[in-house]
Amino acid sequence: MKPLLAPLAALVLLLLPLLANSYLLSIAIAVLYLAYLGQAWNVMMGFAGQLSLGHALYVGLGAYLAGGLFFHHGLGPWLGVWIAIAAALVVSVALGLLAFRFGISGVYFALLTIATAEFTRVGFDHLDWTGGPGGMFLKVENREHVDLLNLRGPPSLYYYTALTLCVGAAVLSRRLLRSRAGYYWQAIREDEPAAQSLGINTMRWKLLAIAISAALTAVGGVFHAFYFNSLFPEQIFSAGHSLEILLAPVVGGIGTLAGPLVGALVLTLLGEGSTELLSQLGWEAPGLKQVLYGLLLLATVWHLPRGIWPTLRSRLRPGEG
Amino acid sequence: MPQLEVDAVVKNFRGLRAVGGVSLRVADAQIVGLIGPNGAGKTTLFHAIAGAVAIDSGEVRYDGKRVSGLRPDQICRAGISRTFQIMRPFAGLSVLDNVIVGALARERSLVEARRQSLALLEQLGLGPRAHIPAASLTLPERKRLEVARALATRPRLLLLDEVMAGLRPTETDQMVSTFLQINREQGIAILLIEHVMRAVMALASEIVVLHHGEVLTHGAPAEVVRSPQVLEVYLGTESDV
Repeated sequence: MKPLLAPLAALVLLLLPLLANSYLLSIAIAVLYLAYLGQAWNVMMGFAGQLSLGHALYVGLGAYLAGGLFFHHGLGPWLGVWIAIAAALVVSVALGLLAFRFGISGVYFALLTIATAEFTRVGFDHLDWTGGPGGMFLKVENREHVDLLNLRGPPSLYYYTALTLCVGAAVLSRRLLRSRAGYYWQAIREDEPAAQSLGINTMRWKLLAIAISAALTAVGGVFHAFYFNSLFPEQIFSAGHSLEILLAPVVGGIGTLAGPLVGALVLTLLGEGSTELLSQLGWEAPGLKQVLYGLLLLATVWHLPRGIWPTLRSRLRPGEG
Repeated sequence: MPQLEVDAVVKNFRGLRAVGGVSLRVADAQIVGLIGPNGAGKTTLFHAIAGAVAIDSGEVRYDGKRVSGLRPDQICRAGISRTFQIMRPFAGLSVLDNVIVGALARERSLVEARRQSLALLEQLGLGPRAHIPAASLTLPERKRLEVARALATRPRLLLLDEVMAGLRPTETDQMVSTFLQINREQGIAILLIEHVMRAVMALASEIVVLHHGEVLTHGAPAEVVRSPQVLEVYLGTESDV
C-alpha cells in the first residue's frame, strides 16, 4: 500500500483543478501558498535557528516590487521576480550583517526583524509609487485564458503556480538540509559556540540561511501580488501577517521538511472548515479563524512541542527517531 | 620552535584576574598536562587559546604565527581543536552527524566526511551508538563524543578540558591509551586540563601547575607532584590543618 501512496497523491494534486470546484481550489491554493511561505521561513529558523518574526517584510517587498513594475510599467512577474529576489537579498543581508556584527541574537534579533518590517510598513504608507495606504490594485482583465507571461488567468493557473513553488521549495530545502550548509546550520542551531569551535564561520552561514529564506519569501510575495491583486502596506507588512507565516511550520514541525505542509493543511482546513460550517448554520463569526489558530497553536505547544509531523511520523514508523 | 607558545597572557573578568600573565610551551607532538585547584584559571586559559575569549594582554602563537585575536573557527582551521569542559553536543543531531560537522572542516565530500566520522566513532568505542540522537548518550559517552568531534577537524594540537572526569578507572585507561595512540601515530600534540592524576601521569611528559591565575611551577611529572609548593596548594600546609 505504501509504495502506491505517493504516486496517488501526486496524481490527485495534478488533477485537482479538474476535480474540485472553485471554492475547494481556492482553499488548495491557500494551503500551498501558506506551506510555501512556511518552508521559506523554516530554512532560517527551522534549519539555522535564527528566529524571524518579521517575514512579512519579504513578502511585502516581493509583492510591491513585482506588482509595482507590472502596475506602472506593464512588466510581467518573470522579470519582477528577479528584482524582488535582489531586493530581498540586499535587505536581509544588510539586516543580518548589522545584527551579527554587533552580536545581536535570539530574541533581540527577532525584535529587530519585527522593527524592520514595521518601519518598512510605515515607509510604504508614504510612497506614491506604492499608492500609499490606499493600496495598489493590479488589473484583472481576464479570468479565462492562460497568460503565463503576465501570470493572468483562471484559478487553475494559480493553483499550478503555487504547487510548483511548493514542490520547488521542498526539493530545495531537502537538498540544502543534506548538504554542508544543512549540517552547519543545524550545528549553529543546536550550539553556536560549539559550531564555531569546529571551524564553522557561523556569521557567514547564518547570513546564507537568512538570504535564502528571504529570497524564497520574496518569490512568495510576487505570487501574492498576482494572485490577490490588491496590496495594502497595513496588511502585507503587518506583524499579524508575519505570525501567520510562521504558524504553519510551528504547528507542523519546525525544522522538518513536511512540517510546513502539514501545518498549512491543518490550519487552513480548521480555519476555513469552521467558518464554512458556521455560515451553513447561519452564524457569522468574524475573527473566529484567528481564535481557532490561537487555540491550535496553544494545543500544539502544550501537547506536541515538536509539532504535529514529528509525532505523526514516529507513530507511523515506530523505531525511527 | 615550539608548536604552541603562550606568552604572558592576561585575562580579567570585571577586575577579577582570572589569568595573570601565564606563559607556557607545547612542543611538536608533546603532551602537556595543565593542573591546578579549581578556579586556578585553567579553563579560562583554554578559552583564550581557542579564541573563545579575547585576552587583555600577552600573545598566543601557533607555529610561530600570532593566533590571539583570531575567531574560534579560524583557530580551529589553523590546527587547534578543543573539547568543552561542560560538554556541548549538538543534542538534536545524531552522534554520527555531530562528528560529520567536525569532519567537514577539512573534507569537501560528505561521503568521505561520513566515512572518516564512522572510523573515529569506532576508534572511540561509539560505533554502535552512531545513529542515536546525541542527547541520549550517557555522560562518559558524551565525553568521548566531544573528543571524536574535536579529532574530526584533524587538529595538530588538541586541547582537552577534563575529558576524564567522572569516568571509571577502566574507562580512563581506555581514554589514555586512545590519546597515546593518536599522539604516537599521528603526531598530534595535546594540552590537557585534568584532575585525574592517574591519567595525567600516564600521558604528560611535562606538567604545568596553575594557581591563582599564575604558573606555580612546571617540569617533569614525577618532580612536579613531589614539589612542596604543589603539595601545599593541593593539601595545605601543616599549620592550616
